[in-house]
Amino acid sequence: MSDFDVATIGSDYKYGFRDEVKPVFKAEKGLSRRVVEAISYHKGEPQWMLDFRLRALEIYQSKPVPTWGGDLSGLNMDEIYFYAKPTEQRDARSWDEVPEEIRRTYEKLGIPEAERKVLAGVGAQYDSEMVYHQVKEELQRLGVIFVSIEEGLKHHEDLFREYFATVIPPEDNKYAALNSAVWSGGSFVYVPKGVKVDLPLQAYFRVNTAELGQFERTIIVVDEGADMHYIEGCTAPTYTTDSFHSGVIEIVVNQGARSRYTTIQNWSHNMYNLVTQRALVKKDAYHMWLDGNLGSKLTMKYPSSYLVEPGARSDILSIAFASTGQHQDAGGKLIFAAPHTSGSIVSKSISKGSGRSSYRGQIKIYENADHAKVNVECDALLINEESRTDTYPYMEIENNTATVGHEATVSRLNDEQIFYLQSRGLPEDEAAALIVRGFIEPVAKELPLEYAVELNKLVELEMEGSVG
Amino acid sequence: MANQLEIRNLHARIESGEEILKGVNLVVPKGEIHAVMGPNGSGKSTLAKIVAGDPSYEVTAGEILVDGQSVMEMEADERARHGLFLAFQYPVEVPGVTNANFLRLALQAKLGQDVSVMEFYGKLQKALQILEWDESILTRYLNDGFSGGEKKRNEILQLMVLEPTYAILDETDSGLDIDALKVVSKGVNAMRGPGFGAVLITHYQRLLNYITPDVVHVMVEGKIVTSGGPELALKLEEQGYEWVKGLAVAAG
Ligand SMILES: Nc1ncnc2c1ncn2[C@@H]1O[C@H](COP(=O)(O)OP(=O)(O)OP(=O)(O)O)[C@@H](O)[C@H]1O
Ligand SMILES: [Mg+2]
Repeated sequence: MSDFDVATIGSDYKYGFRDEVKPVFKAEKGLSRRVVEAISYHKGEPQWMLDFRLRALEIYQSKPVPTWGGDLSGLNMDEIYFYAKPTEQRDARSWDEVPEEIRRTYEKLGIPEAERKVLAGVGAQYDSEMVYHQVKEELQRLGVIFVSIEEGLKHHEDLFREYFATVIPPEDNKYAALNSAVWSGGSFVYVPKGVKVDLPLQAYFRVNTAELGQFERTIIVVDEGADMHYIEGCTAPTYTTDSFHSGVIEIVVNQGARSRYTTIQNWSHNMYNLVTQRALVKKDAYHMWLDGNLGSKLTMKYPSSYLVEPGARSDILSIAFASTGQHQDAGGKLIFAAPHTSGSIVSKSISKGSGRSSYRGQIKIYENADHAKVNVECDALLINEESRTDTYPYMEIENNTATVGHEATVSRLNDEQIFYLQSRGLPEDEAAALIVRGFIEPVAKELPLEYAVELNKLVELEMEGSVG
Repeated sequence: MANQLEIRNLHARIESGEEILKGVNLVVPKGEIHAVMGPNGSGKSTLAKIVAGDPSYEVTAGEILVDGQSVMEMEADERARHGLFLAFQYPVEVPGVTNANFLRLALQAKLGQDVSVMEFYGKLQKALQILEWDESILTRYLNDGFSGGEKKRNEILQLMVLEPTYAILDETDSGLDIDALKVVSKGVNAMRGPGFGAVLITHYQRLLNYITPDVVHVMVEGKIVTSGGPELALKLEEQGYEWVKGLAVAAG
C-alpha cells in the first residue's frame, strides 16, 4: 500500500497530473434545459427521472447563491461543463476493460492494488461516469449491491425509487437542487439485512477535464442489523481555471445497523467543493461520518445525521486542513428527533499560511427527543501568524431533558512543544508535523490503518518549511 | 580539550531583556557527573536550555563546546543528534503522540537510520525494567496528563533510550517520592560510565546520596561562584546560600 497515497497538495500536489483523455461526449458549456436533457438522454433514463431533473433545475434557478459560507463569487456556472462522458462503457467489471489511459491513472493512484489488498469493492468515477465497479464475489452472493448509480436505476429501479431523493430532496439547498438536475455517477449501495461487510467499499473520484463539474449522486442503504464502511477519495489535476464538485450522498441506516462513511477529499486547489451528505438513522442504529477535507479551493460541507427513531446514534468526526488560498468551511449537523438519541461532533482544523478554516455546526433537539445527549468539541490549530479560523455553532434545544456539551479551543503551534521535541533530535519541521499529527489523532485513529498512514504522510509534507 | 562538555564565559539574556547568564564557566569531562546547585532564579535552567539550544534566549558572548567542537551554530535538534540531552525541569505535554511512537522517532533521528521494532523494544524493555515501570506507559500520549513524578521518570526513560554523551538533568528529583527518587537514580547510575557525562541541577543534597557527584558547583546570579567535592553540597544543606552570595558579589 506504500504507493497508495491519499495525498499531497499545494506545490507538492502529486496528483496534479493530467491525462490525454478526450471525452467521447461533452455537453456544451454552461447550464440549460438542453444540457439536462442531453445528460438524461445519454443515460437512457425513464421519463420520471427526466421530469425530476427538470423540476430540480427550476428549483435550482429559483434559489439564491448562499452568502453565509465561503466566497462563491468566483464560481461561474457559464464556464463549467456539466457533463463529460469519458468512455462508452460504464461499470467495467474488470480493469482490463477500462480504457488504457484511464486505467493507468487509477494504477498511479494505487486503486487496483488497494482493491486486491484491503477493500471489499471499488467504484471508480472518471469525470462524469463510473468507469469501473466491482465488489468481491462472496458479497455479491450475500446480496450486496455495489454498482454505479446509473446501474442502480436501471437494474434495481424499485429499490432505487424507494430511496432516491428521500433523504435529500432537491428543495434542500441550491446545490442539492443542482445535483438533482445534472447528477451523473456515484454509487448505489445496498447491504441486506444482517450482512456484515468486513472490509471497506471504496469509491474513487477523479476529475480530469478542465472546467468540469462533477455531480456524483450516491445512495447507500444499510438494512437491519447490517454493517458497512464506505470510503470516498478524490483528486484532480491542477488547472489555472476552476473546477466544481457538487455531490449528494443519501444514506439510510435501518434498525440496529452500523455504517460509516469516510471521505478523504484531496482535490487540487482550483476546485469548488460543495457537497450535501445526510444519513437517516433509525432505531438503535449507528452512523459515523469521518470527513477529511484537505484539498480544494473552497469546501462547504457539513455531513449531517438525522436521528429519527429511539436509540439512534451518530458521531461526526472532521479534519480540515487549509493552506494558503484555501477555505475549508466544514463541520456537521445533528438532528435529534426521537427519545434516547445521542451523538457527537469532533472537529479538528488546521490553518496554515493564510489558509482559513471555519467550523460550522448545527445541533437541533426537537421537543419529543427526551434524554437526547450531544457533545460538540471543535479545536482549531493555527500554524502561522496570518492563519485564520472561525466558529459558527448553532444550537436549538427544545427539550429540557437533553444533555448538551460544547467545547471549543483555538491554539497556536506551541514553541515550547517544538523545542522539547527538537531537543530530542527531531528537526523543527518534523517536530511541527508530529504536533499536528497528535492534534488530529483523536479523529485519525478512527481511519483504517492505510489511510491513517497516508494522512500522516500528508501532514508531514504540508508542514515542510511551514515553520521557523 | 576534547572529551568534555565545556561552557566558556557564557553570557545570555532573553531577547533584548536583562542579562541572565553573566559569564558561566563550566567543564564536565566525559565520565564524570557534576552537580549544579544554587538559589531560585540564579539561572540554572536558563543555562541548561541554552546548552540544549533553546532559541528563545540570545547568547551575547561565550561558547559551548562538545568534545572540542562548538555547537553554537547548531539548532536544538542537531545538538541532540550530536549527543546532548536535557531532562526538562518542566517536561512538555504533547497530546496525541504516543510515548512509544515519539521515542522511536527520536531514536531514529538520533541514529540517523531506521531502528527495527525488535531493537527498539529491547532497549525499552531494559530501561523500563531499571525504572520499575509498566509497559502501559508506552501507549500513553507523551507526558499528557502524567503526574509530576511520572513526567520526571519519563525524562529518564528518554535519557536511557537515547543514550546521549552529555546530559543535563534539571531538577529531575523535584516532585519525586522517595521510592521514585531511588528508581530514577538507578536509571542515571546505569548510564554512568566512561562514555557519559552529566550535570545534575538540584536543590537537594538528598539526590546526591544516591548519585554521588564528582564535583559540585554553585551558581549565583548567573555565574558559577564556587566549586568543590560532594562535601560542598552538605555545607549548603546546613548553611544555605547566604555565604555563597557573598562570593558572587566578590566575583562580580
Ligand atoms: N523566558 C524567560 N522570560 C523571562 N524571564 C526569564 C525567562 N527565562 C528565565 N528568566 C528569568 O531568568 C532568571 C533565571 O531563571 P532560571 O529559570 O534559569 O532560574 P533557576 O536557577 O533555574 O531557578 P529555579 O531554581 O527556581 O528553577 C529568573 O529571574 C527568571 O525569571
Ligand atoms: Mg530551574
